[in-house]
Amino acid sequence: MKSTSWIQGKPVLSLIGLLTFFGIWYFAAIARLIPPQFLPMPHEVVIKLIDLMKTPFAGHVLHEHMLSSLSRFGMGFLLAACIGVPLGLLMGWFGWLDDIVSPLFDALRFIAPVAWVPFAALWFGTGIGGPTLIIFAGAFPPCLINAYRGAKGVEIRYVEAASMLGVGSFRTITEVLFPAAVPSIIAGLRIGAGLGWMSLVGAELIASSSGMGYLIVKGQSSIATDIVMAGMLAIGFVGVLIDVALRKIESRLLAHRR
Amino acid sequence: MATGTARIAGFSRRTWLGLFTITFAVLAWWLLTSVTGWVSPARFPTPIEVQVALQQITTEGYGNGLLHQHILHSLKLVLMGFTVAVLVGVPLGLLMGYSRKAESLINPAFLLLRPIPPLAWIPLAIVWLGLGDAAKILVIFVAAFVPSVINSYTGVRNIDTPVMEAAQMLGIKGSKLVFDVLIPGAFPMIFTGLRLSLQASWTTLVAAELIGALYGLGSILNQGAQDIYPAMILVAMVFVGICGAVTTAILGHVENRAMPWRRERAAA
Repeated sequence: MKSTSWIQGKPVLSLIGLLTFFGIWYFAAIARLIPPQFLPMPHEVVIKLIDLMKTPFAGHVLHEHMLSSLSRFGMGFLLAACIGVPLGLLMGWFGWLDDIVSPLFDALRFIAPVAWVPFAALWFGTGIGGPTLIIFAGAFPPCLINAYRGAKGVEIRYVEAASMLGVGSFRTITEVLFPAAVPSIIAGLRIGAGLGWMSLVGAELIASSSGMGYLIVKGQSSIATDIVMAGMLAIGFVGVLIDVALRKIESRLLAHRR
Repeated sequence: MATGTARIAGFSRRTWLGLFTITFAVLAWWLLTSVTGWVSPARFPTPIEVQVALQQITTEGYGNGLLHQHILHSLKLVLMGFTVAVLVGVPLGLLMGYSRKAESLINPAFLLLRPIPPLAWIPLAIVWLGLGDAAKILVIFVAAFVPSVINSYTGVRNIDTPVMEAAQMLGIKGSKLVFDVLIPGAFPMIFTGLRLSLQASWTTLVAAELIGALYGLGSILNQGAQDIYPAMILVAMVFVGICGAVTTAILGHVENRAMPWRRERAAA
């Protein structure tokens, strides 16, 4: 991966970079350039993060918030993958379906996922249903587009070979298009997971009563910058974990191809 | 199958099918809400309610202003955050792509901040800057900054080695290097980054305005949700989509203008 090349690159410079970053932060906090209420020191944020695991804030301790966020995320993301991927493959195979779905999809594509929050709350409430719809709205487009592109990119001779052998539409999709589209589909799932996780945070900021987004918005209303920052740290951490998990699955699934 | 070559009255088959589908969808919407009443108007508005809401917001105004005032306000914030992010992000990405030293120096801190979704910055921005425009511009900046940097960086890294070696051999330095080698070489990726940045800007703006704002499309959504006014929510959503689509189309136009050699490929 290119993004991690600094590890082999120049570790001394990397260290200097990180030290400068935290140095400026500490300096601004210690010299009171920004009042401590608005800029806690880095170690205070970490301490707050540990503290949040023991003492409940906004009704729950940290891992309970995380669990409720993750269960919403899991539902919305699964739904997006289970509908988006098959639909994308079908659109890649049946031209008429492509012609029907594409205009509707294009019309909805530019509406930001968080703009669905009011309707999501109106239709499914703010418990688990509403946020799930928002995650779905965020994760669905990449799942569909990548499955579609993957199916379209299959080498035509495989499809021709299948049709020559008298294979029907259903088996062509499951046994020719799907396996060939797997790399593209997984790339779509990873993009979708990232967007879904971000949309979830947005949904929880606006309309929810638990979860990571709710935690930081409560921190905001009580002007507890350390809680907000600790929450941001935890959100970023979970986002990385989700991506790492999907990457593991990716290398498992693609291992036999090399 | 669909090759799109069959044309009727100047439109391709695809355009006709698209128009047909959209018409059919509107008809189904009208049937479900107005005629049969299977979908309750409290959950999804009828076409007539939407028309009334649109008329109300364009003539009398809703949520502190008329529709075009809200749109212009949102547009202004997006453009400001986006422009600053691009002006800072693209040069930084180019620098990190060109110089291993700069990359080693900056990348660790960047990697630390990158996983935090831009929307999670909203509460922090509100604590720091309040509910005004400054907080919104800050979060839009954060959202648009990351894709600008990453894609410019990748663009420079993907420039063919012989090109870079030739530039080095010819002793090209300074602004000549930036404008004649790095920027043209990384151009397609830079624009990919700008498109992603623009999309992220709209998403963050809508979220930030939903949380607290006096003007803007997101504030109409928020007001509509509080008043339980589904027709107005739908109007605001449609205009969020239109604004996103129009700004993206303008960016695409600029891209084609700037890179005439790519026009054929994009059209194909």
